[in-house]
Amino acid sequence: MTTRITICIQAEVFDAGKETEALTSPREDVGAVATFIGYCRSEGGRLKALELEHYPGMAEDEIKRVVDEACTRWPLSSVSVIHRYGVMKPGDGIVFVGTASTHRAQAFAACEFLMDYLKTRAPFWKKEYRADGTVGDWVEAKADDDAAAARWALKS
Amino acid sequence: MTDIKLVYFAWVRERVGVAEEIIDVPENILTVAALAAWLSQRDEGYASAFENPKLVRAAIDRVHAKPQDVIAGAREIAFFPPMTGG
Repeated sequence: MTTRITICIQAEVFDAGKETEALTSPREDVGAVATFIGYCRSEGGRLKALELEHYPGMAEDEIKRVVDEACTRWPLSSVSVIHRYGVMKPGDGIVFVGTASTHRAQAFAACEFLMDYLKTRAPFWKKEYRADGTVGDWVEAKADDDAAAARWALKS
Repeated sequence: MTDIKLVYFAWVRERVGVAEEIIDVPENILTVAALAAWLSQRDEGYASAFENPKLVRAAIDRVHAKPQDVIAGAREIAFFPPMTGG
């Protein structure tokens, strides 16, 4: 199956509805679409914004490698990954991942795999800006994220 | 000596003090880990950036690299903290 792949690293806001629509049309072999959207959150009012820094060039390349890996594992009609950079306010969408397949199990699994891998492999970093106007810390990577990615490891 | 473009991101960039630079790397610096150790001796900023080598990841020519990976032939080497995108 030839998978239609869309990867965008952009500052602009994305329209999740349009992106979801684009995953299916005009393909008539799609029976299931799974989407994930990651949002900026205020952490209980503590944060005013997050700034996402990225490694231009490598971000696209690494996401493509992760998408290619997903395509070897599941039969996917379309995959779309949009990852934003720049300043995000609570409620803003940061990342969109959409997968389209014939059946739901493949779409769900591929979407979750892509997010787990993007968290630990895509070169993006978040810096906190606090509600009190001060600049906060860089967000630390979570061991949970490594564990989530590790469970997809290839069986040897 | 070999000219290599080094790029830094997030708090590694802030501590080093520049986003990118071209550096003459001595021929006897063979691996990513050796390069990090050599850089950490340049000044306080680098020392601070690389004080805990386990917290600094690297990429060679925009592909994730391990500390023991050989840097020969690299055009661009990046150092950055564990990623927190998504």
